[in-house]
Amino acid sequence: MALAVAGLVVISAVTRSFFFLSEQPWRLPAWAERGLKYAPLAALGAVVFPEVLMSHGQGPQTWADARFVATPVAMAWAWWRKDMLTTIGVGMTVYLGLKLGLNW
Amino acid sequence: MSAEPLTLSLLDRRLWRHDECRQGMLDMARVMPGMMTWALVTGVAMAKSGLPLSIALMMSLSVFAASAQLSAVPLLLAGAPLWVVWLTALCVNLRFVIFSVQMRRHMMVLPLRWRLVAGYFTADVTYVLSVHRHGETESASNEHVAPLAYFVGLVAVNWSGWNIASLLGVLFATWIPQAWGLGFAGTLALLGLLVSLAKDKRTLATAVLAGTSAVALFGLPYRLYIVVAVAAAVACGLLLDEVDKLRSGARRVTS
Repeated sequence: MALAVAGLVVISAVTRSFFFLSEQPWRLPAWAERGLKYAPLAALGAVVFPEVLMSHGQGPQTWADARFVATPVAMAWAWWRKDMLTTIGVGMTVYLGLKLGLNW
Repeated sequence: MSAEPLTLSLLDRRLWRHDECRQGMLDMARVMPGMMTWALVTGVAMAKSGLPLSIALMMSLSVFAASAQLSAVPLLLAGAPLWVVWLTALCVNLRFVIFSVQMRRHMMVLPLRWRLVAGYFTADVTYVLSVHRHGETESASNEHVAPLAYFVGLVAVNWSGWNIASLLGVLFATWIPQAWGLGFAGTLALLGLLVSLAKDKRTLATAVLAGTSAVALFGLPYRLYIVVAVAAAVACGLLLDEVDKLRSGARRVTS
């Protein structure tokens, strides 16, 4: 198992540095470079949406899901205050309140 | 690329004393409550998975990739062959291959061993914040270390915060109720990041497209849905840019 873990460390380092391993100078085609400016937020979207909408690989089972209330509240807050720390705080308060208080 | 030897190290004092380093630490600190809760939950999951405690600890502290870790655990437990475990981790990490394209211009000032180290430390949020702040600034060089200073600032806070929380999670797993769903704090942190970084409507629209494609493609194995969703968003963004260009071209012709 230790070997497996060591392999995981190597894999994670190599995939994350993949395109800067080689010192050969090269450039992406200009269109690809322009397109990639959409990649960071797309990656965030691709991680966040399933976390909010899916449970155990399934779509929404019920509307009484604390995430469905906490997420819009947190989004509105983030938009209004532009502050991450309080966004997490407000979102978690709503989420835990519904989950623990109302057993959603 | 210059022919001079690559001698800059990530430990270089110029990086750590740079104002950009402090800025990086601050920017990362703002998402850390969410990230640390996430790390805590990951630690708990590792400890409760049935892996021996030593392996769970080692993995939490060394692999530094939550999604790869969590997908490897059931395979390890099931006694899957090593290559299956590794191949799965490789697929789960594929999105970082795309990300590394954009990180390259600032990394090439480092020698290979430091580039690998830098790669190892590049988590999703590190990448997003780095590219947001230094994606279009001058490439890093020996004289211009700001982008790397920002990077080490992000990494220092992220790595230490993540590991402390994940260690606590592994050690105190039994005291942290899974029913609370604390991992949601991580999702909220990323959501907050998404909202505050969206520069214009089009970027936001492509992010929403990526999100909905991810939900639709959730059935794809190895979290490949992330890679496909990012590719779809990039393609859509490019397409919209082209439409814009055509339109402004047409306007110029008619006026």
